[in-house]
Amino acid sequence: MTEFAVGTRYKGKALPHGAFAAVTTWAFGLLCALILVFLALPTLLVILMSFSETAYLRFPPEGFSLVWYKAYFADPGWISATLFSLRIASMTTVCSVLIGTCAAVALVRGNVPGREFINALLLAPLIVPHIIVAIAVYLQFAPLKLIGTTTGFVLIHTALAVPYVVVIVSAALSRLDFSLEMAALNLGASRMRAFLEVTAPLVLPAILAGAVFAFLASFDETIVAFFISGAENKTVTRKLFEDIDFNLSPIIAAVSTIFIVVTIGLMGFGQLARRQFTSRT
Amino acid sequence: MTDASETLSAPAARPAPASTARSLSLRGSLPVSTSLLLLLPLAVLLGWAFFLPIAKLLFQSISVPTWTAEHYLRLLDEPLYVRIILRTIWIAVVATAITLLLGYPIALLMTRARGLLAIIVAVCVFVPLWTSVLVRSYAWIVLLQRRGIINDWLLRIGLVDSPLTLLYTEGAVLVAMSHVLLPFMILPIFSTLRNISPDLTKAALNLGASRSRTFLSVTLPLSLPGVFAGCLLVFVLALGTFITPALVGGPRTLMIATLISQQATEFLNWPFAGAVSFVLLVLSVGITVVFRRLLGIERMVTYD
Repeated sequence: MTEFAVGTRYKGKALPHGAFAAVTTWAFGLLCALILVFLALPTLLVILMSFSETAYLRFPPEGFSLVWYKAYFADPGWISATLFSLRIASMTTVCSVLIGTCAAVALVRGNVPGREFINALLLAPLIVPHIIVAIAVYLQFAPLKLIGTTTGFVLIHTALAVPYVVVIVSAALSRLDFSLEMAALNLGASRMRAFLEVTAPLVLPAILAGAVFAFLASFDETIVAFFISGAENKTVTRKLFEDIDFNLSPIIAAVSTIFIVVTIGLMGFGQLARRQFTSRT
Repeated sequence: MTDASETLSAPAARPAPASTARSLSLRGSLPVSTSLLLLLPLAVLLGWAFFLPIAKLLFQSISVPTWTAEHYLRLLDEPLYVRIILRTIWIAVVATAITLLLGYPIALLMTRARGLLAIIVAVCVFVPLWTSVLVRSYAWIVLLQRRGIINDWLLRIGLVDSPLTLLYTEGAVLVAMSHVLLPFMILPIFSTLRNISPDLTKAALNLGASRSRTFLSVTLPLSLPGVFAGCLLVFVLALGTFITPALVGGPRTLMIATLISQQATEFLNWPFAGAVSFVLLVLSVGITVVFRRLLGIERMVTYD
């Protein structure tokens, strides 16, 4: 990085730095501080409120207790919804990684007619507004009795999560030095063995990152889950949506905080995995 | 059978035997049959669980009860529906403008911050990005409701005598949506700003330009592609938003997505919901396809 930084850490030596410039620097700093507060405050409030003692949401919160966390863990409705979400997200992750990695190998290494077109179609689940997917899938699943079933959820969540895996793994594969795999082939390894023993370990961080994205894409998915949840099997996002809409108990703040911690932890892990990959190649 | 489209010039110690000569290329090293077999699960899954349902839904809008354009005509005739479409576009435009005004300074700060400040800024940008939209909408409800935090404070300071109606208004939807979409504006702008060579601004300053002049004549014009990409991204995402208007906007502030849901679940008018879906699909996918080069959707997946 260069040593040249304008703004809050202005270090120009030979440049005129008058009173006007100082004022604009301060104004810029203040503006940025306000915007950062706007960005961070809502999340921070939720986290703080989850530790309050009272059911009445005030700020600053009164007292400090884990009462809402205890209430969450003691509530069979919340726990079963959470476990259902975790089960779907895990199954979605496995399916997405398998299907997505195969597709990425075919798209990068293979001989596919209309590759560009397929790549474009692949991005559709990321672009089409989820409300459209939700009601379309409801119409498709209802006659087949797939509403509120694990199978139905894993099918649609995998369809929505698999593009992440394909994009991340494709990028890693196309950056990889292919001569390594060729060396293995030249030494007499079969194509399968060369891929599994040479290429796969090298793109493993990317596959892990893809897995994290797929897991979160399923676990955080709200709109489709809202429409295809059943009375018995509902996801934690559907339950959150209902509770936010009907009763605003601080349990929601506790669940939200757990959500935030899990998401950020996983995302951090995914980013680390990708960094690892880029540093290796 | 296979065609070496991009042969790698790998420094092979000795020429490879003819049997593996085919695998000397990266592209097209697998035969067509194997490639298609590897793609088959994806094609079946996306085809059956994603494309087919959407196609069916859209088909309903012109074929139920018989071949008809009535649902589309109704959408254009009813002032209520026209108003909802216009309101959605309006909210998307305003949310884009707000996020641009708030996002550009932060993108600029991200390129210049070092050390602890850089970490703080990154946390402030990425934590909201990775927090569920549900959680963030909930946060705004807690802030804005009648007995919420903002009203509580206004009453305490004595600015107002009775709580203000903040929630379930268009303003509430705009504030919450701008908050939800702000990171999507910041990141594309940041990535273009980061790629501007510092030599250019240095040269301008050395040539006697003031810092504001340098910003206006060098930095700003060079960052315009990022600004454009961020605006398009936020606009498209805003058009299809469902959760925030449903929770923060309430029944009085319907947008296209909440209208689709209402028609499908409350009135069970699936063909009409299909017609509204088609309008939303044309708007969002149309914009994305036209500007796909600029948007780089792949980058949306993972921000490097």
